[in-house]
Parts: sequence; C-alpha cells; structure tokens
Amino acid sequence: MNHPILMATLLLAPFVGFLINGLRYKRHSANLAGVIATTAVVISFISAILLVVDLVGLPPETRVISVKFFEWISVASLKINAGFVLDPVSAIMILVITGVGSLIHLFSIGYMHHDAGAAKYFAYLNLFLFNMLILVLGDSLPVMFVGWEGVGLCSYLLIGFWFTDDQKAAAGMKAFVTNRVGDAAFLLGMFILFLSFGTLTFSEINQLAPTDPTLAWMNPVTLGTLFLFIGATGKSAQIPLYVWLPDAMAGPTPVSALIHAATMVTAGVYMIVRLNPLFLAAPNTMMIIAIIGALTVLLGATIGMTQWDIKKVLAYSTVSQLGYMFLACGVGAFGAAMFHLMTHAFFKALMFLGSGSVIHAMHEEQDIRKMGGLKKYLPITHWTFFFGWVAIIGLPPFAGFFSKDEILAFAFFSPLGHEALWAVGALGATLTAFYMTRLMALTFWGKSRVPKDTHPHESPPTMSIPLIVLGVLSIVGGWIGIPHVIGAILPGHPENFLEHWLHHSIKPIPGLTPFDVTTEWVLMGVSVTLAICSAFVAYHMYVQAPQKPEKVAKAIGPVYKVIYNKYFVDEAYFAGIINPLVKASKGLWYYIDVNFIDKTTYVISDVVRGGGSLVRSLQNGNIQVYAMYISLGLVATLLFLLVR
Amino acid sequence: MLLSAVVFLPMLFALIVALWPNQRTLRPLALGFALIEFALSLGIFYYFDPSSSALQLVERYPWIERFGITYFFGIDGISLWLVILTTFLTPVALLGAWKSIEERVRGFLACVFILEAAMLGTFLAMDAVFFYLFWELSLVPMYFMIGIWGGARRIYATVKFFIFTMVGSVLMLVAIIYMMFLTAEAFGTMSASLLDFYRLDIPFISGQFLSPQTLMFSAFALAFAIKVPVFPLHTWLPDAHVEAPTPGSVILAGVMLKMGTYGFMRWVMPVFPEATVHYAWFFMLIGVIGIIYGALVAMVQPDIKKLVAYSSVSHMGYILIGLFALNEFGVTGGLYQMLNHGISTGALFLLVGMIYERTHSREISRYGGLAGVLPFFTIAFFIVTLSSIAVPMTNGFIGEFLILLGAFQANSVWGYFAVSGVVLGAVYMLWMFKRVFFGPQGELVKDEHHPLHDLSVREMFVLAPMIVLVFWMGLYPSFFLNYSKASLDHFVKNQAHYELAIQSGKEVAQ
Repeated sequence: MNHPILMATLLLAPFVGFLINGLRYKRHSANLAGVIATTAVVISFISAILLVVDLVGLPPETRVISVKFFEWISVASLKINAGFVLDPVSAIMILVITGVGSLIHLFSIGYMHHDAGAAKYFAYLNLFLFNMLILVLGDSLPVMFVGWEGVGLCSYLLIGFWFTDDQKAAAGMKAFVTNRVGDAAFLLGMFILFLSFGTLTFSEINQLAPTDPTLAWMNPVTLGTLFLFIGATGKSAQIPLYVWLPDAMAGPTPVSALIHAATMVTAGVYMIVRLNPLFLAAPNTMMIIAIIGALTVLLGATIGMTQWDIKKVLAYSTVSQLGYMFLACGVGAFGAAMFHLMTHAFFKALMFLGSGSVIHAMHEEQDIRKMGGLKKYLPITHWTFFFGWVAIIGLPPFAGFFSKDEILAFAFFSPLGHEALWAVGALGATLTAFYMTRLMALTFWGKSRVPKDTHPHESPPTMSIPLIVLGVLSIVGGWIGIPHVIGAILPGHPENFLEHWLHHSIKPIPGLTPFDVTTEWVLMGVSVTLAICSAFVAYHMYVQAPQKPEKVAKAIGPVYKVIYNKYFVDEAYFAGIINPLVKASKGLWYYIDVNFIDKTTYVISDVVRGGGSLVRSLQNGNIQVYAMYISLGLVATLLFLLVR
Repeated sequence: MLLSAVVFLPMLFALIVALWPNQRTLRPLALGFALIEFALSLGIFYYFDPSSSALQLVERYPWIERFGITYFFGIDGISLWLVILTTFLTPVALLGAWKSIEERVRGFLACVFILEAAMLGTFLAMDAVFFYLFWELSLVPMYFMIGIWGGARRIYATVKFFIFTMVGSVLMLVAIIYMMFLTAEAFGTMSASLLDFYRLDIPFISGQFLSPQTLMFSAFALAFAIKVPVFPLHTWLPDAHVEAPTPGSVILAGVMLKMGTYGFMRWVMPVFPEATVHYAWFFMLIGVIGIIYGALVAMVQPDIKKLVAYSSVSHMGYILIGLFALNEFGVTGGLYQMLNHGISTGALFLLVGMIYERTHSREISRYGGLAGVLPFFTIAFFIVTLSSIAVPMTNGFIGEFLILLGAFQANSVWGYFAVSGVVLGAVYMLWMFKRVFFGPQGELVKDEHHPLHDLSVREMFVLAPMIVLVFWMGLYPSFFLNYSKASLDHFVKNQAHYELAIQSGKEVAQ
C-alpha cells in the first residue's frame, strides 16, 4: 500500500481519536469514549503492522521507508522537514507502542469505567500515542523533539489527571519541569550538533559522525552527545533527573503502564540508539552513560526494596530497569538496550496493569501492607503477574532473562565495558529478585492482611485479556534474541533473530572480540544463581517469617532510614535549589525592582525637580536680586580677566 | 496610497467614533471599523512582492523641504507582519474587552483608533521626523487609556509610563536632529530620510564612548530599550500593565513593546553598524539577564496580571538576544517571536481580563480548582500557556528555537545561559496554572453567590483566531516567514553596509 498514506494513518489515527473525544468529552459515556480511543489505536497498530511487513520485504541494506509531508522550518541552512522514517529500530518501537498501547487502552475501558472524566482521559491517552509516534518516527532531532516535548506534556496532563488533588497536580508539574531541564539540555545538544555538522537529520548525522573516537571533552561530538544524554536522563528517569517518575504514579495506573513503563520513559534510550554511530564516536560520553546507568540500577533497586506502595515499588523498579538499558548503551550494546526496552515494555506494562487490577480490586488501596493472600481472589491477575515476576528477575527462559543477560555479557566483554559494571549489574539483578519477590509475597502470597470491609474481586475481561496477552509476551518475548551460546545447544540451533534484524541499523563496537563461551556460561550462571537465592531469601522473609524484615530494618537502622527516605534527594533538591531560587526571586523583586530601580528613578526625578526649583529661585522677579546677580557677574568677569 | 490609507483611516474612525451620537451602537460600530481596517491592511498582500527586499508601496512627498523632511511611507518584510499584527489585535482587543470599559466608551474607542494609527505610522514611516511624530503620538492615547480607564494606582502608573518613555524619546529626538546635520554635511542637503541615514558613514572610534556613532547609537538604543523594555529599564511595564484596562494591556504588550524591538531593527542596527557589532555583547548580556530576571520575578508574583507582565520582560529578552545575535537564525527568530509574543501575551491578557471581569480579583492565591468549573476557559488558557512556554507545534517554539540557536551560534555562552529561560518559563507559567486551575477550589471559585460562567460565545470568537494562529504559526511557519525572508536575508548579510532600495512600479516614487 501507499507508504505516505499508511504513515499518515499510523500517526493521525490517535490524533483523530483525541479530537473526537476531546471536543465532545462531556457528552460521551465512558465506554463509548474508550471504544473510540481503542479503535483509533488499533487502526494505528494495523497500519504499523502493514508498514513493518513492507519493511521486511525490503533488502536488509536499504531497509528504510521514509516519508516527507511538508517543509516545517526553513531558515538559512536550517531545513527541517515534517519527515518520518521507519527503519528496523523504529519498527520495533512502533509495534511496541501501538501494540502494548492497544492493550492498555483496552484495559483502561474497564479501569476508567466509573470515572466521570473518562473521555478526557482517553483523549489524553490518544494524544500521547500521537506524540510518541512522532517522537519515534521523526527523521530529525527537531521532529523527535516535537514528540519528546509532546509526550512530556501528555504525561503532565495524565499525572495531574485528578487535578483537584493538589499533590497530584504538583506531581504533574514536577514531571514537566524536571523534563524541561532535560529538554533544555536536548536543545543545547541539537545546537552543538547543528553548528558542527550543519544538519539535524539522523541519517546525515550518523553518516557524518567521525569514525575515529575522540577523547577530547570540549569536542562538539562529546559535548553534543553529553547534552543529548542529559536530555535523556530527564525523559528516561536517570540520575540526577529521575525524581519525577516515582511521583508520576499519581496518575491513573494504566497511564503508568503505558507512559511510565512501556513507552515514554524509554525515549531516551531510543534516542541514543538512533544516534549510535555518533555516540560511539564519543567514548567519554559512553563512559558517563554506563556509569550513570549502573548507578541508577542500584539506586532504583535499593529504594524499591523499602517501599510500601505497590506502584512506587514498580516505579523504582522502572528507574532501575531503565538504568540497565543505559548501561547497555554505555557499553555500546545498543541492540541489547533495544531488546531490554522491548521485553521490559512487556513485563513492566503487565505488572503495572496487574497492580491496576489489584488496586481496582482493593478499592483504590495501594499499600501492600494491607494486602497479602490475594492469589485466592485474583487468580488471573496473580498468574499473569507471576510471569511478569519471573521475567523481571531474569529466570530462564522468560523474557527478561535473555535481555538482561545480554546486557550483562556486554558489560563484561565490551571494550567499553568493565568488570565492575558487570558486577553492579549482577548485584542489581540480585536486588531486583529480592524486591520483586517481596512485592509478590506481600501482595499475593502469605496470609491475607486485607481489611475486613474490603472484598477483592477479579477484574472484568477487558482488563484480564490485556493481562493474559502481556503475560504470554513476558514468557516468549525474549525468544527473538536467544544468545549464541544457548542457541548452539538448543535443538534446531535458533538464530538470534533480533541481532539480524538490527544488523544494519547498529554500528558494531570497535574492537569487540567474540565472547569466550566458558566465561559467558559462568557469568550467566552466577547472575541467575544470585537472583534465585535472593528470591528465596525474600520469600523466606516475607512469607515464611514475616517478623524478620522488621528486625533486619532495625539492625541496619540508619541505612534503612536513608534508603526508605529515597536518599533524601527530593529534600536536597528543595533545600539546595528550589527554595533558594524562590527566595532569591522574591529578593530580586523586592530589592532590585521595587527598591533599587524604582528608588533610583525617584531620586533622579527628585534631582531634576530640585534642580528645577533651584534654577527657578534665580528668577523670582525681584529686581534687587537681579541687580545683585549682575554685579556678582561683573566682579567675576573682572577677576577672571585680571587673573588671566 | 494604500499605506497612507492604512495609517490614516483609523484617525478618521477615531473622529467618527468621537462624534457618534448613539451610545448603544458605538461598540459594534468601532468593531466594524477595526475589521474594515484589518481587511484593508490585508490588501497590502496583494501588492507586496515577497521576493524583494526593497521598500515597497512607497509614498514619498516633500513636506518641509528646507530641512529635508518628507512624508515617507514604505513597507518591507520586516514591517509587514507587524502592521498586520497591529490591525489584527485591535479588533480582537475591542471585542475581548466588550464589557470591561463601562464609562466614557466614546473616548476610549477614539483612543484605541488613534493609538492604532500611531503604531501603524511608527512601523511604516521611513522619515526620521515623521517616524518620531508617530512614535510620540502613540504615547498620548495610551497615557489616557491607563490614566482614565485604569485601576486604582492608575495615575502613578501612567505618569511612570510616560516619563520613562519620554526620557528616551527626547534623547532620540536630539540624535535625529544631529543625524540630519550629518546628512547635510555628507550630501549637501539636509535629509531626514531613513534611506539617507543608511548611507551615512558616521565616524566610529572603537572603545571611545564619545565618538559620534556611539553617542547616536546610545541615544536611539536607549529610547528603544525603554520601550522594549530591557532590564533594568523595565519597571514601568508591570505597573502600566497592571493598571491598564484589558484592551490597553493587550495592545501595550501585543504591539507597543514591538515598537522598541522594531526600532532596533530599523533605526539602530543598520544605521550604526560598527557600534551595533561592537556593543552587541552588551545587549546580549542585558537580554539574557532580562530572560532570567523576568522569569524569576514573574515566578513570585502574587498577581496574575503582574506575572504575565514580567513574563513579557523575559520574552522580550529573547527577542533582544535574537536580534543582536546578528545572524539569520537569531534575527528571523527575533522577528517571529515579536509576532508570537503579540499573540500569546495578547491572549494571556485577554484571558486574565475575562476572569477578572468575573471575579474582580487577580490574586493567584484566591483561585484554585478553576479547571473543574470553567473547562473551556481552562483549555484556552492552557493552549496559550503552551504557546508562552514554547512547546513544539505552537508558535512560541519556532521563535524560541531559532533565537536560542542564533544566540548559541553568535557565542555559545549566551546560548548556555539563555536556555535556562526554557526551564524557568515552564516553572512560572505552570506553577501559576497549577495554583489557579488545579487543586481544591479557592474562595473565589466556590463562591455560591457568584457562580462562574464559562466562556461566552463572544469570548470564544475572540480567542478562536488567537488559538488558530498559535498552531498555524507553529506548524507551518514558512507561510509567515516567506514574506520576510528576502528582507531578513538582506538585513543580516548587509548589516555592515545596509541600503534599502525602493521598489518602483505600482507606487510612484518621488
């Protein structure tokens, strides 16, 4: 079929959905709005499949479909088209976005059934998908930036969806402003790249990217990539700009699944993968990305171990898992990053929707201390969540195992990697197994701590079908990227499909030697064993000996307190940046505007007025005074002549 | 004749409105007049040749021949959109403030039309003395608008406004006279024509403040800087805005401030090329300070209107650094941002006026939860907020992106500092938005005796064109920029030796 038309349908279907629901939102019933929005996304999904099918038909070397609609900005040498490009990387993204997006829309029909603002909710959700598709398909950084800010905007609207709650509105604002810090850096990155390459189109930048890595810091490639990465830390919730993501849980839970797990937060990873030849030319930036990624893995995982809110645990888990993706990017394993992005989209969306199902069943209760034993009441939710759990803790052969293992292998073997990065990754995996098992145990297993007046019930089919589909994907999703060592011993020797698919889109890491098979098996064994042991410890602590966690927390007192309070980062930002800024601004207003500038003008006007009255007194109409002036003048003139 | 008609027709309207006997039909009449004027100004497009950088539709007649003062109108890609912006915002402001002026309506409407004529004259006059007349004339109606129909502190505000602006203007007048003597020296006959000013080679001694070019440059620059306004000469603006009636604020922010930035483009940068390049850093510096300072002070304002006024200081800082970046991106962005600011800030003042008419308060802390009560108002306000904080797909983004790119290209230091405005802009606007529209309902919102009504049909008619423009200008800027491209290219490439040709043809040159 005609590519521009398909591309336009793909992009505009959600936008049309947004308009329909947005313009008439007061008159729609929740169900109708949900059906309209879901249909729009499904249309998008079908167009995406058709486009990808066409893409597969192209020869691997030229596997690109690009469509230009019109010229957007054209000033001097800056020419930016409203152009969109589908290549193997963006193909994965659009399938995930529209596919998982459809499921989440479907889930939302059940979840938002009772909400008076459901139509508005669906309008925002459609608008989000529209922007996300622009972000992913845009053929240049500025077009990506359109979607980049657009998704941030929708995120803002959806986090603050229940705006009458001051805290939720504040969370939305926090997300937007934190993202704006990243966006400002993104802008700077664009400027630097444009002024050194003369273009902002991805394909041209990647072609022009120097093949020799440069170690200079003040080099445009290093600086440009670094600023783009800061942009990515905003959108993808990495240190130091991750702080908005946990608060973003104030939004409706399907939003957390769609925006804050599966799609938007991965935009930063995607952007780096998009520009991988450029980033490979900047080893300094890569090092920073890897370190930040690794630190974020630990930060998210440790905080996740202490939280009591089911969504907060998942939020910190997302922060941590995104850290893995950046770790992968930082060591040059862009394919692994995309792989983990995809599997994470499946299992994390699943778990967020599962938590939504739990919250729905528990009548808006989110505290896992008041749950427990829900397995009995919510069998579908429990079993689908179960597969998300085995996927995220990296048990073979579930989705997360393959992608996480690939990242860890690259962290170890890549010339850009380091043993320490592997160790941090493995430690992160251990912690992940702990906090996810803790979450499973406290929510679904063990004794019920459900308050007596709450009667949990399984969710309707619109909610459980997406759970089941995502559950299946969490099981099989990893099989498209089976590593060679495992493929070699399996019957039929399955190929690493994903690697082939991305082969022409991703530049190989310079100096990468084939992995040593024995070492790879050992590494894999170690990380999986650690994860399983850690899961058992957690199971023991939270199911078999529920009094233990408290004892442990007491034993490590101050450490626990610091972690429980999220390392006091929010507090530090307030004390160190926000409050002083507000105070200083008040000072500027009061001291400079009101007191200095205005007072100075008063003084000037007083001087003028005083001078005027002084001169005025010279001409007071009194003849004698005039005569005196004349004689004084005469004397002065004579004196002057004499002295000269 | 077209430009003369565009400039002087509002004067005629002012006269008719002032003498119109029927109080009831006064407002529709004025609105009709303003729309006629807008339609007439659109006629310029018919004759305008976008591919030419020359001065077009020129009308030039000797006026005071002894001093070389001429009646001289002309238009090019730089002034074209500012003229359209003026004629567009006038009916919008009139319709938007249908109810906010209750007393002495006749006088007010006459003021609006005189003001419109003066602003159009400022943008179109190409003779220094002629220009100066319009420049000064614009002060008078605004003085009355604030002084008669303003808020509680109107006298203070209007005197402050007048004196600040006058200080600059007077110096500019001195400079103009001096320049006329220079033309007499250089060309044998005295001339006040801008084109002759462009041809002057005014001595410039680098590093010496007392060199003629630097002095003239400073005098002109001061007049325009006060109008823009540039930090630290901005303090008249918040007072004037807060006290001015809604249409006054809309026109003041939407158009009058651009007289300053336009002045820089037309009367400063090409006339004093060496001084402009030499002191560009200074304007970049105060521009960047303006961006950050305006944003920070806007953030802590308790009054919505004052917040919007300070946001103007911040936005005008962007325009200034765009212009003084002296490259295509900056200058194009600067001109585009002038239009954007006219739309977005104009719309913000309209919206603030609308809510003020309902509650008679502008105190942010007394609002809250407005989104639940006035959904359409909220949507309109939100879209304009997006434009103001330069979210892509709105007009603000195009301007801000180009300006920042230009500033970054000129000297990356300015780029690094100016980009902080991107964050701060979002902070002050969204924080205000949150406190006014979100959260639990504030005292004014839940007041049962005065239930709030959502946008009326009239108000929607006012806002709709603004919102259409926000997206149109953001999605397809080429439509607008194509008319200015030739002039801006010419402006940037020949900044050192700027000349403006006169397009012969449809209008007769002298």
